[in-house]
Amino acid sequence: MDVYIEAKGLSKTFGNFLAVDNVSLSVKKGEVLGFLGPNGAGKTTTMKMLTGFLNPSIGSAEICGTPVTTGHVSARKYIGYLPEGAPLYGEMTVYAFLKFIAAAHKIPTDSIADAIEAVTNAVQLEQVLTQRIETLSKGFKRRVGLAAAIIHQPDVLILDEPTDGLDPNQKHEVRSLIEKMAPDRAIIISTHILEEVEALCSRAVIINKGSIVADDTPSGLRARSRYKNAVSLTVSKKISADVITRLKSSPDINTLEQNIEGDFVRITALNQQNKSVIKTIDTLIEAEKWPIEQYSIEAGRLDDVFRSLTQGDAA
Amino acid sequence: MNDILVIFKREFASYFATPLAYVFLVVFLIMQGLFTFYMGQFFEREQADLSSFFTYHPWLYLFFMPAIAMRLWSEERKNGTQELLLTLPLSTGMIIIGKYTAAIAFAALALFLTFPIWITVNWLGAPDNGPIITGYIGSLLMASSYIAVGSAISAITRNQVIAFVVSVSICFLFLVSGLPIVLNFFEAWVPDTVLLAIANLSFLSHFDNLQKGVIALSDIFYFTSVIILWLWVNRIIVEVKREEG
Repeated sequence: MDVYIEAKGLSKTFGNFLAVDNVSLSVKKGEVLGFLGPNGAGKTTTMKMLTGFLNPSIGSAEICGTPVTTGHVSARKYIGYLPEGAPLYGEMTVYAFLKFIAAAHKIPTDSIADAIEAVTNAVQLEQVLTQRIETLSKGFKRRVGLAAAIIHQPDVLILDEPTDGLDPNQKHEVRSLIEKMAPDRAIIISTHILEEVEALCSRAVIINKGSIVADDTPSGLRARSRYKNAVSLTVSKKISADVITRLKSSPDINTLEQNIEGDFVRITALNQQNKSVIKTIDTLIEAEKWPIEQYSIEAGRLDDVFRSLTQGDAA
Repeated sequence: MNDILVIFKREFASYFATPLAYVFLVVFLIMQGLFTFYMGQFFEREQADLSSFFTYHPWLYLFFMPAIAMRLWSEERKNGTQELLLTLPLSTGMIIIGKYTAAIAFAALALFLTFPIWITVNWLGAPDNGPIITGYIGSLLMASSYIAVGSAISAITRNQVIAFVVSVSICFLFLVSGLPIVLNFFEAWVPDTVLLAIANLSFLSHFDNLQKGVIALSDIFYFTSVIILWLWVNRIIVEVKREEG
């Protein structure tokens, strides 16, 4: 597979503050990489270095084999970039803005109208083409930003929180669009939304305090969770106390969580040392003949892995 | 060249995106009329020339040109569009020139709209149009210098008002450096060569030659040098501010 994005030992300091520390990653064609991390972790700074907006203090980056720096513009033709907050020229109409972006990307004059038509169809902007950008809703503005990022059919897409502030329908639309574009491109998405990573990304990188602390598939990351193979039982309130007492008495189970859901209680049992509790619980259920409303085995929780990696608890 | 044109078109059109440009043009033309006919005593002088028109340009431009330039970069930084702009496949230098030339084109349009004054003087008398043409050239060169200063300063801050005030202050220093009050102050304690250098820094003395119809290479060189220097400063500021993240 072709490597479209390659970062080698990227570091960035602002004064004495080390914002990004020795970040190396590569993204291949067809991959959608979710870039996760708490606020101020260095996600946006890393993206700014990958797009050539910032020069790294140490290290280098290549896009489609071409070095990226602020002084060299040749790699930028391969990049479609949606900066954080999707900044746009509010005083322009959507059409004029897209025409400007197309011209800046050196799309031939006679092809610009076709390029705008294709991209407005893709992100459904037809009804607002002649409207000034500042009059649009947040969702439309985000779509205009996306349209600008893809108008030149780039091989690489770098999207900084593309669904931030959008309503669920708009989020769904943006995600569908990214999914549609993914097979022919290398895509990096920075996000706080873990469900987005699960839905969209083939790989996830977690960055904390400027350093990469995890680089894996979403399922691989989930498997690191202490909830991997945890068992959840939903029982009626009447018998919940008895169930909890019996589960607590088992030496294999050292953590129990309960959530009241109406007349029922959802009990999650796990072993902090990642020892499987499935067999123990199955045996208990059979022996005690508990009437179980729901039974499930968890695949792990991404939010748990995220928290443990970015707050310092052991995963 | 095409890169400059792409930026130029966007910037020039953005001046007219709000009514502010039209207000600016109207105020500029009213002020030009006031200075020429009232303060410059155009009719009382009974001379068929435009010296009363050009004399006040350096002072009028002191406020109008920084007003044209103040938004060039500060607005980009304020709205976050600098990141969008500087990640397009265009070099920073071309973007700076594109923005700068758009501001000059707007200033040139404002200056062009003063043509009724030129028609008036030709209708009333038989002026020597040579000095008038060089006056216009000098006026545009001086405006371009003011805008180069304003463009560089606008890259320092997100706040357009601060950009305006600092630009006016710097342009004011360039303007008054040739005035007797400033030269007399320095005369007592600096050598003559330094005094001459301070006097030569002034927009006034170089513009004065051009409005009299004298096209001296030194004046053209002066204005060109000021423009190149400040565009270079502009580039450095943009790069430094960009690295601040």
